[in-house]
Amino acid sequence: MFELLKEIFSYPFMLRAFLVGTPVALCASLLGVSLVLKRYAMIGDGLSHVGFGALAVAAALNASPMVVSIPIVVIAAFFLLRLSEKSKIKGDSAISLISTGSLAIGVMVISLSTGMNTDVNNYLFGSILSMAQSDVILSLVLSTMVILLFILSYNRIFAITFDENFAKATGTNTEGFNMIIAFLTALVIVVGMRLMGALLITSLIVFPALTAMRLAKRFFTVTLNSALISIICLWLGLILSYVYSTPTGASIVVCNIVAFVIYSIIQKVRETIIREK
Amino acid sequence: MSLIICNNLSFEYDGIPAVKDINFSVSDGDYLCVVGENGTGKSTLIKGLLRLKKHFQGEIIYNPELSADAIGYLPQQTIIQKDFPASVYEVVLSGCLNSLGLKPFFTGKEKSIAKNNMEKLGILQIKNTCYRDLSGGQQQRVLLARALCATKKIIVLDEPASGLDPIVTQELYEVIHHINHVHKITIVMVSHDIKAAIKYASHILHLHNKQLFFGTTKEYLQSDIGQKFVGELNV
Repeated sequence: MFELLKEIFSYPFMLRAFLVGTPVALCASLLGVSLVLKRYAMIGDGLSHVGFGALAVAAALNASPMVVSIPIVVIAAFFLLRLSEKSKIKGDSAISLISTGSLAIGVMVISLSTGMNTDVNNYLFGSILSMAQSDVILSLVLSTMVILLFILSYNRIFAITFDENFAKATGTNTEGFNMIIAFLTALVIVVGMRLMGALLITSLIVFPALTAMRLAKRFFTVTLNSALISIICLWLGLILSYVYSTPTGASIVVCNIVAFVIYSIIQKVRETIIREK
Repeated sequence: MSLIICNNLSFEYDGIPAVKDINFSVSDGDYLCVVGENGTGKSTLIKGLLRLKKHFQGEIIYNPELSADAIGYLPQQTIIQKDFPASVYEVVLSGCLNSLGLKPFFTGKEKSIAKNNMEKLGILQIKNTCYRDLSGGQQQRVLLARALCATKKIIVLDEPASGLDPIVTQELYEVIHHINHVHKITIVMVSHDIKAAIKYASHILHLHNKQLFFGTTKEYLQSDIGQKFVGELNV
């Protein structure tokens, strides 16, 4: 095991994948708790597809992927948030519309410019090799921002997630904080997308939060558990991806599935014990 | 001292009038019940009082002491809350948010306010229990404690007893009465439980898309509309 780790970290691309992945996983899991509880998980899914379209356009224009996709995904985040707030049902279909639409546009742009090749596969399912040095710095800067904002607004995020009407009635700027959450989500998705793949980045948001909720009974412990699960699954997934040469995103999701199953089993066992007492 | 005065107030939903011509006032220490059938504008009025919905016509005058962050609110439960992983303490403490100002974290002052209010409502011993594991009545007590954390003056309650069984409902009304009577918190409550309204409230506001009655409970019982409405229930 130790030999394996030593071997893994001797490759700069693996080191970069860990350096980019860890803060992204942490941020995604923190935001995920609030998004899952507010039933906004689909927004993340929509955004990742928009991100795919943006990446394709950036590649065709030979522009920097981050510079193109960050503004597009942030705008899409505000737009999707608006849709979801207005009407739950309409918002749902609107998100499907936007995500499949962006996916189609992305595929069209790619096949007309460079042609469908392994790049598309990497965009969709993630690649360990995709991280450049500049990504590492950007990822660390963005993640620090997300984590700081999250810690500073933790109490307000809790209040808004638990009861938006109460928070609003007692004078909290709920629209402002919803915008902050949407903005941070957009950033996390853009940064994590190339490692995880456009189709799978939402799993980083949804899985750890849902897994943590199996066992944790306080918002604080749910948040902590979610962060820990997310980081550990990412590490295991990266190792798995390296050893078996599997797509990075899919490997990480598989680890998350295993964690979810383990937590669910413990929950069932615990409930049975309590009932028998 | 008047806390809230409403003059010729009316509300619209997408251009359709929901409720109109409302004139009433709430004074310090009052227990006002807003009664009427479902869909007659009660919740709309409450949202207006809480500044969650803009009124269409008329005016609401608040006592200068009553800024938006001085009103406690007990909303109807949402689906999200039913399976929400949060401890009782976390929920109650979140009621103190409006007194934080720009500070990001709670201090000892807010924590002792939260503890105090949990004690008042008899939920201190379950402060580490998960909110979703509580019974309906306990959940309402938690939300009531949270509302108390947000105010020193007035609490607005929207159908607090909906979904509770008769015994728990009775207990909850006693708790609300206690808060009004002993702790001198003004109560504005929406309810379609007219019997409880007559028993506990000092004032009644009867709505049916417009204002049918406003006055003390005593006057209400003597009025035509009051007798008719209460009488219907006794049949």
